[in-house]
Amino acid sequence: MILHDLISFEVLRLIWWALLGVLLIGFALTDGFDMGVGALLPFVGQTDVERRVVINTIGPVWEGNQVWFILGGGAIFAAWPPLYAVSFSGFYLAMFAILAALILRPVGFKYRSKRESAKWRSSWDWALFVGGAAPALLFGVAVGNVLLGVPFHLTEDLMPMYDGSFYGKFLGLLRPFALLCGVVSLSMLIMHGAAWLSVKTKGMVAFRAQRIGTVAGMVAAGGYALAGLWLAFGIDGFHITSEIVKDGPSNPLFKEVAHEGSWLIAYTERPWILIAPILGFAGMFMAVRGLREGFEVSTFLWSKLAILGVISSVGLTMFPFILPSTVDPRSSLTVWDSSSSHLTLFVMLVAAVIFMPIILAYTAWVYKVLWGKVTEEDVTSSHSAY
Amino acid sequence: MELDVVELSRLQFAMTALYHFLFVPLTLGLSILVAIMETVYVMTGRPIWRQMTKFWGTLFGINFVLGVATGITMEFQFGMNWSYYSHYVGDIFGAPLAVEGLMAFFLEATFVGLFFFGWDRLSRVAHCIVAWLVAIGSNFSALWILIANGWMVNPVGAEFNPETMRMEMTNFFEVVFNEVAQAKFVHTVSAGYITASIFVLGVSAWYMLKGRHVELARRSISVAASFGLAASLSVVVLGDESGYSASHTQKMKLAAIEAMWETEPAPAHFTLIGFPDQEARETHYAVHIPWVMGLIGTRSLTQEIPGISELVEESEARIRSGIIAYDELMTIRAERDATPAEVRASFEQHSADLGYALLLKRYVDDPREATEEQIKMAADDTIPGVAPLFWSFRIMVALGFSFIALTGLFFVLSNFRRGAYPRWALMLAVAWIPLPWIAAEMGWIVAEFGRQPWTVDGILPTALSASHLSVGDLLFTLAGFAIFYTVLFIVEMGLMLKYIRKGPQEDVEETEKWMQRHEHRLRTHDGKGPFADVPAE
Repeated sequence: MILHDLISFEVLRLIWWALLGVLLIGFALTDGFDMGVGALLPFVGQTDVERRVVINTIGPVWEGNQVWFILGGGAIFAAWPPLYAVSFSGFYLAMFAILAALILRPVGFKYRSKRESAKWRSSWDWALFVGGAAPALLFGVAVGNVLLGVPFHLTEDLMPMYDGSFYGKFLGLLRPFALLCGVVSLSMLIMHGAAWLSVKTKGMVAFRAQRIGTVAGMVAAGGYALAGLWLAFGIDGFHITSEIVKDGPSNPLFKEVAHEGSWLIAYTERPWILIAPILGFAGMFMAVRGLREGFEVSTFLWSKLAILGVISSVGLTMFPFILPSTVDPRSSLTVWDSSSSHLTLFVMLVAAVIFMPIILAYTAWVYKVLWGKVTEEDVTSSHSAY
Repeated sequence: MELDVVELSRLQFAMTALYHFLFVPLTLGLSILVAIMETVYVMTGRPIWRQMTKFWGTLFGINFVLGVATGITMEFQFGMNWSYYSHYVGDIFGAPLAVEGLMAFFLEATFVGLFFFGWDRLSRVAHCIVAWLVAIGSNFSALWILIANGWMVNPVGAEFNPETMRMEMTNFFEVVFNEVAQAKFVHTVSAGYITASIFVLGVSAWYMLKGRHVELARRSISVAASFGLAASLSVVVLGDESGYSASHTQKMKLAAIEAMWETEPAPAHFTLIGFPDQEARETHYAVHIPWVMGLIGTRSLTQEIPGISELVEESEARIRSGIIAYDELMTIRAERDATPAEVRASFEQHSADLGYALLLKRYVDDPREATEEQIKMAADDTIPGVAPLFWSFRIMVALGFSFIALTGLFFVLSNFRRGAYPRWALMLAVAWIPLPWIAAEMGWIVAEFGRQPWTVDGILPTALSASHLSVGDLLFTLAGFAIFYTVLFIVEMGLMLKYIRKGPQEDVEETEKWMQRHEHRLRTHDGKGPFADVPAE
């Protein structure tokens, strides 16, 4: 096959780095509000019917939203195999916790209202709370750890080795900076969930969601600013010190890396990337304002913009690093040395170009069909509601 | 079994995969059955078919959700527990997984919500299309995951790259149109169709026995029996196709399934039953049927099927060739830009056997320093556990034929005996409900256990594929999954039984009114009205 030479290896790697961002952002934008709603559930819904309203706002869409996460996993596997291999085994116990929490969610949605017992229902409500809040927190913690660097190295056979004990591996992730990132992620997704609920519900549920969402948005903005300062003054970044070969073989050991200086140097090298944090702050500010004023659709759009800005700021700051290593900086995974082969990247790009527009089209259609607020009547009169 | 990371990782993967596969077959088949029922509703306008769609749809939903939930684990477990595998073959294996997400998961997951929530928001035809999209999405996902799985058995369209220390794709179409994958796909979805058909058959038979929801049950049986019969025939035919393709792509698996220790003169006999003894390399109390194996495996009377001992000798030769490849690889790696051309050439010649040298890594760090004894041990390792394969294969096949018999029986009864079902047949159908699951799990064992000691046949040994985790990590997550999954299973079964006992709740009144209005048209062959044999509930 010669076709794949149409696009150079270097450009394909850049495209797939951007697509990795698109997938993570897509996941945070869609499943993010499901997680936020889960975290809000026990607090915005006081009665059983109110809680059912809350659950039914996301009932028909969470399954599709969650596919962004699954696809993220599959796409990382296909386009960035070393990242898939190192990160998920390195974050082993954290991943287990995330999976367990995410598994609770589908089951909770579907099974909660299938029995009358109050105890059954309230147990599932708390399961849904954990299923929303825990992954939202842990994803942030993971991002924090990626910025700090992770203790792994690659052998000459490129076998990933992780340096840490059983407890070290999970509790070792809970470093102060990483926890701060977790708080940002959790509060931002709660804000996003609240914005969703103010679009999809009315009355007390919407009112409570807006109140909690306002506070969450302010926490997110404060935490994000603090994390930026911390990165500027307290955390060492990573930099490639050897010659950068952008279309070389995907072998991280062919380069040299220094663990020194600041990540934020990126903003002097590429000033245009300032747009990302600016969008992040602007989105959070406008979303908080919208929640206070009771705006609906515009608040949700601003909240999306905030998430877009925050997540892309992380990726743009670290570029070209994807997963830096603290114990053996040379092993760090970067855009230029941890991708799939030229052919695989090309084939996957063709698949993405064919299917992504189709997916976006039918997803939009489904949201359109389901457009409108979910009311207490809807929930009590329907057999198929959760 | 000793408690090492590789064995525990295998155990965990087997457990989560087999558990996931409790829900998948029913999803594959029931999604189609529900879509068929809704199509009949749209075409005839009879509310009973809508009632059926909703009732079976509810059970589909309870099952679907656990398939989705346990599928999340599957997507990430390769990276979590099999990190060297993920690095080594991710360039090929990851692609079908990602396409699966793009093409299948989004489709089924986006529309499944609309299937349940869209009854009042969509026209009849649009809702029916949604039901079909869910079914198509589910079945597409089986296609892509089996393309990935088929590649592990028959790794085509890829070659080893010494610079990146991994396999890289050379031809995507070879990967997609891998003959093993195609046979596996049809075989697996057919197994799913059987599972759902027998589930619908069994539950409906139970209603008939209880005299409840007879109209719904009768129609459900007629759909399930025809669909199930077609699927059972297809599963056996495609199983045979897999057997034929195994005779040239997976010789060792085939020999192990047959406990065929030595090569026999063609056409080989088929061992109906016996007790394989791996130590002595013989099968005790074997009952043979002459010629059958040769015919299934080679579709000829003259071609030989190699026995286990001959294949072990072949493996030994390939290990020796692999050691040469390994030696050249080390040279290439040491002198990246200045490798002599003859070293490259020699590597090209032997690189197909590199995986065999890696079998030695269990015994010695550097395969080049392996002793004769270690080479013999590694060659013996290429024999999978014969007895478990031998038995699980035979249980699967026996069950497969029983499904043809059962669905065939109900097909005849519903079409040629005016739907009069004798009690014994109904009781049989109820008793048969769990058996397709057993057959499906046995199929998994044959496919995956039979590939050992490889994760990717001839390329990467299982022992080398696992992540660098501790026994403690594995014990923790293994216990976690076991407890968590058990609780979910109990909850799921409880709800499934509750909703089956409850029966259809929706549209019941409307359906009955409609049927009374049209009684004259619906009068059955014996002249009784449709409700004549329905006791008051």
